[in-house]
Parts: sequence; structure tokens; C-alpha cells
Amino acid sequence: MNCRKNWVVMTGLLCLLGLFLLVGCNKSEAPEQTSSAPEKAAPAAAATPIDPATAASISGTVKLEGAAPKGAKIDMSQDPACKGANMAETIVADGGNLANVFVYVKEGLGDRTFDVPKEAATINQEGCKYHPHVLGAMAGQNIEIKNSDQTTHNIHPTPKDNREWNESQPPAAAPIEKSFAREEIMLPVKCNQHPWMKMYVNVVKSPFFAVTGPDGKYEIKGLPPGDYTIAFVQEKLGEQTQKVTLAAKDSKTVDSSFKQ
Amino acid sequence: MFTACVTLVLIVAGALVTSNDAGLSVPDWPTSFGSLYKIPRMVGGVRFEHTHRMVAEFVGLLTIILAVWTWRTERRRWMKILGIAALGTVIAQGILGGITVLHYLPPAVSSAHAALAQTFFCIAVVIALFTGRQFVEEVPQVELDTRRPSLITLTLLSIFVLYVQLILGAMFRHHGLSWWPHVVHAGVVCVVLTWTAVRALSLYSKIEAVRRPAITMLALMITQLCLGFVAFLTRVAWGHDAAQPELPMVISTVAHVAVGALLLATAVILAIQVWRHVPVAFEERIPARTRKPVAV
Repeated sequence: MNCRKNWVVMTGLLCLLGLFLLVGCNKSEAPEQTSSAPEKAAPAAAATPIDPATAASISGTVKLEGAAPKGAKIDMSQDPACKGANMAETIVADGGNLANVFVYVKEGLGDRTFDVPKEAATINQEGCKYHPHVLGAMAGQNIEIKNSDQTTHNIHPTPKDNREWNESQPPAAAPIEKSFAREEIMLPVKCNQHPWMKMYVNVVKSPFFAVTGPDGKYEIKGLPPGDYTIAFVQEKLGEQTQKVTLAAKDSKTVDSSFKQ
Repeated sequence: MFTACVTLVLIVAGALVTSNDAGLSVPDWPTSFGSLYKIPRMVGGVRFEHTHRMVAEFVGLLTIILAVWTWRTERRRWMKILGIAALGTVIAQGILGGITVLHYLPPAVSSAHAALAQTFFCIAVVIALFTGRQFVEEVPQVELDTRRPSLITLTLLSIFVLYVQLILGAMFRHHGLSWWPHVVHAGVVCVVLTWTAVRALSLYSKIEAVRRPAITMLALMITQLCLGFVAFLTRVAWGHDAAQPELPMVISTVAHVAVGALLLATAVILAIQVWRHVPVAFEERIPARTRKPVAV
């Protein structure tokens, strides 16, 4: 009698364990279903037109003062499919020209609204490295993520103001399409399968942004005349701002420099 | 004993996941890349995360066997309850592990997962102790404790400060807290554990069941301090800008977690042996106001 009672209790416990696992299974499916769709931004008001005849532009070079640090070599031996050389991209400076600085109009656009580009911004995973290392996109703009490697990656943004997600992408899988609804600067994206893989997405409300190339240069075109604060953001060195006044058809040079 | 040993392996596997920043390399749970049984390509972070999951499943299975076995064969009712508690803990631990994956490593949940892992390890160790032949068959050599605070109080205090230290360390590792509370509290842990071990060794060294865990606790504490110092250097002082987890950083932090688990379990064993061999003298247990004056 006592033995039968024991068995009833044990069977009950095992059923409970099964129930927990079942609940867990259901929970795991939910984010997979919802995360495949791009994050929708709130519907924006009609874009404020800009007269192309008066549009101005800014351009410049971002410099690094002092000696550039030697980039650390990445050890990719834990995945044989990760081929080629790879260096840390925290600070990339060649001849004092600082690459991967996100430049955008931080203030001065007022209540203007802008159409979100129909073409997607692209991130490619190749050589177990993100291309580009720093990306700019408008809020609500599609971001297409490709995997050109012969290994599985997982793409895991860790935003402060947007929704976090984490999806794996096997080799030759269809591109993942995502978007971020809210403005966020230097939003980190990483791959937990290859912990050296890091990049930053910058989400802004206007199309007036650029990322400095290996020569440290950038250019932002099509700005309406006005007083602006231009921000230069580097993932490790932080943010610098400069004020600029643009008249109609102006083409001004706004340089910046970072200290180590 | 086997379950306890495999649990220590599981703790090391879990620490490897955190130290290699591989916690979300398998993005789903309880499945791994959509499957409950297929083994994925074991490269990069997946080899740490999936190995951790496989060892965890094995520990879960062992715990079910342990709980059923204890329930059926044990005469001691409290041992049956301990077996069920172990099963409940391992289920809760699995669920916490799942939540931490599905919610992208929230610091509170990940820290609770780390703390519960060591709690389960202690339960497995005490089950091994209570079912061991020596514990079952020996006639305890008893010496009454008349000192204040009593040794049992000191051992319980040791467990408490170690547990607080475990939570502080886990919170730091999972980005929920700065490093300094863990480092500052290490001083408190040192004082309490040294006090406990010195008391045990100076007064009850003749009792082997007390002497051995006291010496082990002291040795593990010194080892743990050294490992903590190395982990601080490799991770906080030198490695905060590292492009990827480096080997010295991984080895020192994983060893720090494993020795921490052993230290907590040793403190628990010491407390049990003190409770068994060095009970508080009876009159010490009577609150002062209830004592009746004795006529001379």
C-alpha cells in the first residue's frame, strides 16, 4: 500500500517536470515567431520637403591625436570555418585618420520629418567579421543581414531603447530583415558564437549621417539651410560636437579630432 | 557522491559559458537550434553552451534517479525530503537557465541561476555525506561547546557570508553590479572563515570529522583569495578592453567559480559535523529569563 503511494507521488513529480518542459517549449517558440518581422516604427507624419536648389552640405576629416594603438590580433581558432586574418576594430586609425566614426546631425532639424529610405542598409558577416563595423540607418529602415561564411552566426543586438533579439543564421540562409524603431546611437551588435564579432548600428531620425572611411573622411549632403550641431561618435573615444551654420548652397568643412 | 562530482563538472561547464561570453550562442531553449536531441556543430560558443546543456540534462537525470532511490530505500523521512528538495532545485535551476536564455541574460536571473547551481551542489554533497557509510555507522565523538559565539553559530555565519559573496560575485559576472562589493566582502569572508576555522582547530582538532573540513576550508579560502586576485587582474585590470575572452581570463575566472563552490560545500559539511560532534551545551540553549534560580 505504502509502496503504491510512493509510486503515485513519484509519477506526479515526473508529470510536473514534463509540464515545466512543455511550458518551456511553448515559451521558446513565441520569440522565434515574433522576431522574424522587422520592428515597426510609429507611423511618421508626411516628410517636410527640402528645396534641392538651396540644399547645403558638410564634409570633413576626423583625426586621432597621438599614436594610434596597435590593433589586437583576433584568435579565431575556435571555429575552423573562420578564415583569414582578423584584427580588433575598436580604434582604426591610419596616418592619424580615424575610421568608423559615426557623424550625424544631432540638433537643428527641429520638427522636420523625413521619408524612410526604401532600400535596406546591409550588414554582411564574412570572415567571421561584420561588414561594416559601424552602420547608420534611419529609424524604421530595413536592415538586411547576410551570412557569407560557412559557419552559423547568431546576431544579437543589445540595445538600450529598442527591442533586444537574438537569432541564429546558418550558412547560405536567407538574409534576416530587421529594423529598429527608436533613435539609438552606438547600439552594440554581437555574435555569441564568435565572441570577437562586434559592431555598432546607429539609428537616427534623419537621413543626414555618415560614417568615416579608412581615410577619416565623411560627407553629408542635402541639408536645408540652418544652424546645426554635428556630433562625431566613436565607440571607445565617445562623442564630440561642433556647431555649424549653413546658408543656402553652402559647402562647409567641419573637421574633428579625438584624443586617446 | 557521483551526482555531486558531476554537478561540480556542470558548474565548471556553466562558468565556461559565462567566461567565454557564450551564454546566448544557442538562442533557443529547451531546444538547441530547434531540436531536443540533435547535437549541433560544436564550434565557437556553441561548444560551451551545448556542452553545458548536455551535462545539465545528465545531472537532471541523475537527480531524478537519486530522488526516486532515496524515496524508496531511505528510512529517514528527512532524507526523503532532501531527495525531493534536490529534484525541486534541479527543476527550478533548469527553468532559470531557460528564462535567462529566453530573456537575454537578465543579470538578476543569471545570478540566481549561478547561486542556485551552488545551492544544488551543496544539496548533492550533503546527500552524499548523509548516505556515506562513515556518517551512518559511526558513533559520534561528542564534545559540548560552551564558548560564545558557539562554533555552530560561527559555521552558520560562514555559510551566510559565503552565500552573500556568491551572490555578489554572480551579480558582478553577469553585469548587475560593480566589482567592488565582491572584493570588499571578500575581507568579511576572510575574517569570518578564519575565525571559524581557528576556533574549530584550536578547540576540537581531536575530532577528525571537524578537523578535516576546517583545514580544507582554510586551504580553499587561501586558494580562492589567490584565484580571485588573478581573476581581478586578468579580467578587470588588464582585460576590460580585450577584443575577446582570453585564456588567462577564462582559466582564472572558471577556477574561481569552481573553488568557490567547493568552499561553500566545505563550509556546509563543517556546519553539519559541528552540529553533530560539538553541540551547544544544554544550559546555553535556555533563554536567560526562563532559568529558575537555584536554591543553595
